[in-house]
Order: sequence, then structure tokens, then C-alpha cells
Amino acid sequence: MAEPLVETRGLTVDYATGRSLRGPANASTRVLRGVDIRIDAGEIVGIVGESGSGKSTLGRALLGLVPASEGQVLFAGHPLNAQPDGALALRRHMQMIFQDPMSSLNPRHTIRTILTRPILLHGIAANQAAADAAAAAVLDRVGLPLEVLARYPHELSGGQRQRIGIARAVMLRPRFVLADEIISGQDVSTQARVLVLLKELCAEIGMALAFISHDLSVIRALCHRVYVLNGGVVVEEGSCEAVFAAPQHAYTRALIDAIPLPVVGTGWLAA
Amino acid sequence: MSALLSIENLSAVSRRDGKPILRDVSLQVESGTIHGLVGESGAGKSTISKIVLGIVSGGVVVTAGRVMLDGNDLVQMPERDKRILIGSQLALIPQDPLTALNPGRRIGDQLTDSLRMWKGFNRKAAWVRALELLDHVAIRDPARVMEQFPHHLSGGMRQRVLIAAAFAIEPKLLIADEPTTALDATVQKQVLQLLKRLQAEHGTSVVFVTHDLGVVAQICDDVTLLFQGKVMEQGTAATIFNAPRHAYTRALLAASPRYDNPAAGLNPIDDAVVAACYAEIRQFDGVQHG
Amino acid sequence: MADVTAAAASRRTWQPMISAALRDPKVVVGGGFILLLIILALGADFIAPHDPLAQDLMLGSLPPAGMAGAESGYWMGTDDLGRDVLSRFIHGTRVALTVAFVAATIAALVGTVVGLLAGYFGGWIDVVVSRLIEIWMAFPAVLLSILIVAILGSGVHSVIIAIAIIDWTRFARVVRAETMAQRQADYVTASTVLGFSRLGILAGEILPNVLWVVLGLFTLELGLAVVIEAILSFVGLSVSSDTPTWGGMIAQGRGIIYQAWWVFALPLAGLLATVLAFNQLGAGLRRSLDPVMQR
Ligand SMILES: Nc1ncnc2c1ncn2[C@@H]1O[C@H](COP(=O)(O)OP(=O)(O)OP(=O)(O)O)[C@@H](O)[C@H]1O
Ligand SMILES: Nc1ncnc2c1ncn2[C@@H]1O[C@H](COP(=O)(O)OP(=O)(O)OP(=O)(O)O)[C@@H](O)[C@H]1O
Ligand SMILES: [Mg+2]
Ligand SMILES: [Mg+2]
Repeated sequence: MAEPLVETRGLTVDYATGRSLRGPANASTRVLRGVDIRIDAGEIVGIVGESGSGKSTLGRALLGLVPASEGQVLFAGHPLNAQPDGALALRRHMQMIFQDPMSSLNPRHTIRTILTRPILLHGIAANQAAADAAAAAVLDRVGLPLEVLARYPHELSGGQRQRIGIARAVMLRPRFVLADEIISGQDVSTQARVLVLLKELCAEIGMALAFISHDLSVIRALCHRVYVLNGGVVVEEGSCEAVFAAPQHAYTRALIDAIPLPVVGTGWLAA
Repeated sequence: MSALLSIENLSAVSRRDGKPILRDVSLQVESGTIHGLVGESGAGKSTISKIVLGIVSGGVVVTAGRVMLDGNDLVQMPERDKRILIGSQLALIPQDPLTALNPGRRIGDQLTDSLRMWKGFNRKAAWVRALELLDHVAIRDPARVMEQFPHHLSGGMRQRVLIAAAFAIEPKLLIADEPTTALDATVQKQVLQLLKRLQAEHGTSVVFVTHDLGVVAQICDDVTLLFQGKVMEQGTAATIFNAPRHAYTRALLAASPRYDNPAAGLNPIDDAVVAACYAEIRQFDGVQHG
Repeated sequence: MADVTAAAASRRTWQPMISAALRDPKVVVGGGFILLLIILALGADFIAPHDPLAQDLMLGSLPPAGMAGAESGYWMGTDDLGRDVLSRFIHGTRVALTVAFVAATIAALVGTVVGLLAGYFGGWIDVVVSRLIEIWMAFPAVLLSILIVAILGSGVHSVIIAIAIIDWTRFARVVRAETMAQRQADYVTASTVLGFSRLGILAGEILPNVLWVVLGLFTLELGLAVVIEAILSFVGLSVSSDTPTWGGMIAQGRGIIYQAWWVFALPLAGLLATVLAFNQLGAGLRRSLDPVMQR
């Protein structure tokens, strides 16, 4: 079997909860407990679970944004925390798309600055002119007019901002992208466009995608495989087809049963 | 069947720039039914529910139409009578269960307010009734919850408390503006089941605002689909979902993801459909002005 | 081809923003007044109708033009020593503006850097800075400034140092809080993921957001510094008494308020107008230039 692109081994994450009066000094809560996941190159993997189950924490750990208390995260076979010099080169290959596109774009930079700064940093564009050309090309790809380059984030609609977030991530031609709840709070029409775009880009660039969502219908439509998280533990994993056809764990079944389908007369409420 | 709430030819514009917010909206909520108000962001769903509740902001001006509740026109009615009518017969279940509750007051005190104000209960009787209500919305250990503050409760619990508060005055009409959007799917299902059960028991009419077509299909009897303040399609849930007539309805359904049939969902709406919707809107506006 | 169009489309020129700023009434009125003061300060020797130090006891306590007993050429009257009030006021703008700009700039620079570091890095830096600010804030500003100048000896330099020493905390406190708030925003995480270094993020991402708050504070501080300088002059701790200052004039005028109220009134009005003008200028600049305030 080929080497996985991203892999966790016994990943455990604790958050310091600070000093509390009742508990011991410097108490911490365990948010992930011994999580093993793997994401292969070019694969789209869903991570589902209810609020507080640890999805975002897992995603952040995959990018090295939160430290593991036990276990490790490997990127292309290298442990994340043992990357003293290659950090910048590695960074380029692990990108993220955020839930709140407004907050994830610097409010006082123009879209041009937002898109060109990272590729200049990584030497993907040699100079500002080349970076501008790359920005123009990517805007065209995500279906936005060139005029938006001169705008500030608040001058765009929510859906447009989300595309800028996607454009910024894919401009680095990363091998892995994490998308954390990027469609929650958006209209179905916007949602569908963003997801189709993302799927196409994954295929074009050959990047792997970890897609965090609490919407199982979306996961089913988008992902190859899925991990179900509950209380910081992976309770079920498998191909989407298999998991949705025959969920093994009661928690997975409950999650699937809780989705209202846009079909009348299912008796869903009574069940 | 008779309509409890009847909105007739309601139009509204923005005070700032005069842009239309509602365009000749008519809908009937039959008594004892759940009427879904659906549409994408900015369609005017919340504006309609706010006009019915008499809490629409000064930025929105109603330019035409009637809102008939049980034979009384809410738009024309004197402010005082309107307050009494709305206060005693209408209730709201808001979207955000955290901000809807006063963080500094005990649940019990907040629950008894409307009972004392509209039902003439004294403090003690109201407290007893509130305990019953909490029990009714399947909250365990209601006596303890009555003494607690909102931040002690989970999102689902808070929404149950708000539902209890809404049913406390036994309203004729309940307005639920995205009541489950902030909740986890499993909790959403429980809350919807609760809402449906109470609605059936009390024979309450409900205006259910949401953008989730799945929820609409499961809980609503009738549906009004809005786009930019204009009714695109209206009918029973069965006709809307089984035999949609408008291209926009069909496009929205095709865009909604569904786990049972992944190929049927997540199809982006065709630009031509959206363009046709806008053309319809422009034509309507043209007729209004011409 | 693509790069040409991209470059053309993406240039966000400053011209429209600057012309918007110049059309903003707050900028025009506030900035106009400050500009007038700067011209007065620079050209005091040529503009002032009289030597501000020239005494003429024959012309003592003349009222301003238009009042009974006014002497032509002395528009704002004279003080009890017969010195021209207007000329003294014009020369007084020099000290006022020098102190304001130098002291406020030092305070802003020091406070902003300290606040940025404390807010961004947290940890022990933040603990030290926060404690320091708390201790600083515990002293009343005016008493502290008097104390500092008393120790350093009077003079413009001492006044500037005193104001900077006292008021850097204003900047540090606000910048620290703002930086902490910005640090939570997703765009900072995004920059980390994109590979920017911590200092790169602080300078390239957070600073552009914090600067607008600093601008507001800076214009407030300019006004405050003018007031503090006046207070120090008033108690005789600023520059030597033969240099005309607004504070000195106010102190002098207070003593003769029943004979010659105008000695007191002109510098006081100038002081208030300056504080107000700086505030208006700051608000106007932010309103017309800050991209986030453009709606
Ligand atoms: N910075 C933090 N410090 C302390 N606890 C945290 C922190 N971030 C998250 N937690 C806690 O860790 C748990 C898991 O959080 P996480 O954000 O990973 O959940 P999630 O599955 O992404 O939930 P959601 O669907 O609400 O986004 C929660 O109980 C949360 O309160
Ligand atoms: N106070 C107001 N002043 C002016 N315009 C308003 C005001 N409130 C809402 N609008 C406008 O009215 C339109 C409809 O808004 P409304 O909040 O009713 O939409 P909605 O269907 O509830 O959308 P959402 O799903 O985002 O809640 C929008 O275009 C909005 O900009
Ligand atoms: Mg999360
Ligand atoms: Mg709404």
C-alpha cells in the first residue's frame, strides 16, 4: 500500500483549561483520545460529528496548529513537530479553508494583497507582476471578475469571500487542504457551487481534502471516505457508500437518522 | 377550514433606498397547520414574520397590503390594541436560544412573565404552571432548571425552554424563525418532534421560517417559497416537493444535498434559472411603476 | 496579456481616497485649523505684528480691537506689561505644537510597539507590560508630570519626556487589547498556515489593522499633550518664562483677569480649539481613509 499523505497515530490532544478553583491547578481537558486516521494523496475524506466532538481540533492538529499531547501527526511520512528547517516548504503543502470567510480574510488588505502575498512569500511568483497574473488566473478559475482584486473583503458577498478563501489556498498548489465547516450558514445554491468548485480543484491539482462538516448529506455527496467522531474518539470509518448503506455504530445511525430529507411522507418525525 | 392568518398583497420597501423588500406577498395560514416560509438569505422571510409580530424595524416601510389575524387587520389597527392582540395570541420562537433569554435572570422568572402578564396568574400559580410546561417539553428535573440561569443549559435545553415559554400563553399562532438552525442535527430532530407534538395537541397554527428544504418537507403542511421578496411558488408540501412547477423550486431541490441519493443533490443552480427569476422580479417592478 | 489587465484592475489608487478626505468636513475644518497653527508657528517671526517680549508700560492692559480704549495695531489687546497678546499667542504655538508632535509621536511609537508585543506574544512579556501599565495608571497623570519635570528640571525637553513617559501607557493599553482581539481572528491563523513568520504576521497582517486605532489615539494625544504642556507652563515648570507659551499666558492672565480678561481668554480659546481640531481631524481621517469604515 502506498504511503499515506497525512496520518495520525494515537493522536491525543489536551486543552489547558487554566486554573480552576475547584479542580487541580492547570487542569486540562482531553479533546481527542488516540485518534488514528489516514488520508491518501488526492483523496477526499469527510470528518463528521456533533458540536464539540473534536472535529476542528483534529483538523488543527493535522495542520500542526495545536500540539499533540500523545501520539503524532505525520505528513508524507515525516512527523510534523520534527521539522526545524523545512517548515516553510511544508507549510505550502498544507492549506486550510475557513468556516467564516469574513474573519479569515484580513479586513484591511485588498483582495490583490491577500492573494499575492502568499505566493510571493513562497517564491511561486517571482515578482509582483507575476503574482498579479497568477491572481487574475485563479480568479477566473473560481469564477470571480477581475474587479474584485481592488476590493476589500467587506465589499464582497459571503459566497464571493468563500471563493477568495479557496483561491488563496489552491494558489499554493498544496498537496493537502483542510476545509472546516466551510458551507455552514450558506444558501444551498452557494453551497452547491462552492462544493462543486472544490471537488473540481481537488482533481485538477491532485490535492487531498479533509472536509469537516456536521452535514452528512454533503459528506455523502462529496467524500470518498468518512470518519465519524464522537467525544474525541473515532467511532466509525469507511467508504461513504458502505457507512451510509450500513452504519455499524449506533452513533452513526443516530446521526444519519437525524437528517431530514427534502422528500415528503417519509414519517421521519414520527420515527 | 378557515385561515387564521391571512397576508394579502403585502409590499414593503427599504426606507433608506426605497428598494422593494416584499413584493405583493399573499399567503394563508389555515388554523392548526404549519406553514413553511422558505427562501434563500435576503428573501424576506424574517421581514414577514416581523411584520406579523409588529416588531419590524423602522428601516422597513410597509407600502401596501393587509395582515389579517382572526379577522383583524394588524397593519391598520391602533398600536395599543395591536399590542394586546399580539401579546395574547401570538408567540415567537427565535433562532438564537442564547441571546433570546436574559442571561441575568433565572429560567423560572422568565417563564412566568408571560403567564402573569397575559393569563392573570399570580406568582405562585405561574410557577406551578411553568413547572408543568417544562415537564411537557421533556426537560428532566424541571424544579432544578427553574432555578438555573440560561448559561447552565445546553443549546437544545434552551430551545426547549423557549418552546415552553411560547406555548405558555396558549397562542393561536406561533412564529418560529429558524428555530433549529443553531442546533446539532440530533437535537434539531428532537426539538422538531417536540414542536410538532405540542402543535398538534394545542391545535396551534405555526409560521415556520427556514431555509432548510429537508426540514420543510418533514414538518410543514403548506409552503411559500420566496425569492427577493416575491412569492415564487406556493402550495401544499406534497405538491411543492413532488410536482414543483417553478424552475426555481426545481433548481433549489436539485441543489439540496441528500445522502440517500447523492447524485440527485448538490447540482449548482443554473445561471439561467437565477437570471429568469431576476427577470421576473424586474418585470414585476416595472408593472408596479409603469 | 493577463498580467496587464490584472495590474490595471487591481490598482487601488489613493487619489480618490485622498480627495474624499479633502472633501470631509471634519478633515477640512480640523485640518485647516491645525494647518493654520503650523503656519503661525513656522512663520511667527514674520506674522506676529509685534515683538512678543517687547514691553511698553504706556500701553499696558489695552483691550482688544473694537472695544473702548483699544489702540490700533493691537488686535487682541496687550497684557499688564504692554506686551501684544496676539503676538505672544502666535509665538506660543511653537512650544505647543513642538511639544504636541514630538511627545505624542514618542508616546505613540513606544506604546504601540510595547502593546503589539504584549498583545501578540502574551506570556511573560504580557505579564510584565500589564503590571507596568497598572502601576503607571495608579498615578494621577498631572502630578506625575509635575514630579518628572521637577526631577528633570524645566524646559521643553523635560516636558516632552514627561508627557511621553506618562502617556505611552494610553497607547500600550489600547494596542495590546486590540492586538489580542485581532490575534483571535481567523486571518491570523490563515497567515500561519500560509507560512508567514510570527513577526511577519505581526507587521504585515495585524499592524495594518491596529494602526487605525493608533491614529485615533494619536490625534487625541496631540490635543492632550498641548493641554499638559499648558498645565506645566501654568505652574511654571515648562520653558523659561521669557518664551511665550499658552499655559504661561493663561497663568499670567488669571492673575489680572479683572483688568485684562483677554490675556486669559485668547490662549484658553486657542487651547480648546486645538484639542477639538485634532479630534475632528482624527475622526475625519479615519472616516474617509480607513477601508473598513467605507460603507
Ligand atoms: N482553545 C480551546 N481551549 C479549551 N477548550 C477548547 C478549545 N477549543 C475547543 N475546546 C473544547 O474542545 C472540544 C472540542 O472542540 P472542537 O472545536 O474541536 O469541536 P468541533 O467538533 O469542531 O465542534 P463544532 O461542530 O461546534 O465546531 C469542545 O468541548 C470545546 O469546548
Ligand atoms: N431594518 C432593515 N432596513 C432595511 N432593509 C432591511 C432591514 N431588514 C432587512 N432588510 C432587507 O430586507 C431584505 C430581506 O431581509 P430578511 O431579513 O427578511 O431576509 P431573510 O429571508 O430572513 O434572510 P435570512 O435567511 O438571511 O435570515 C434584505 O435584502 C435585507 O437587506
Ligand atoms: Mg468546529
Ligand atoms: Mg432571517
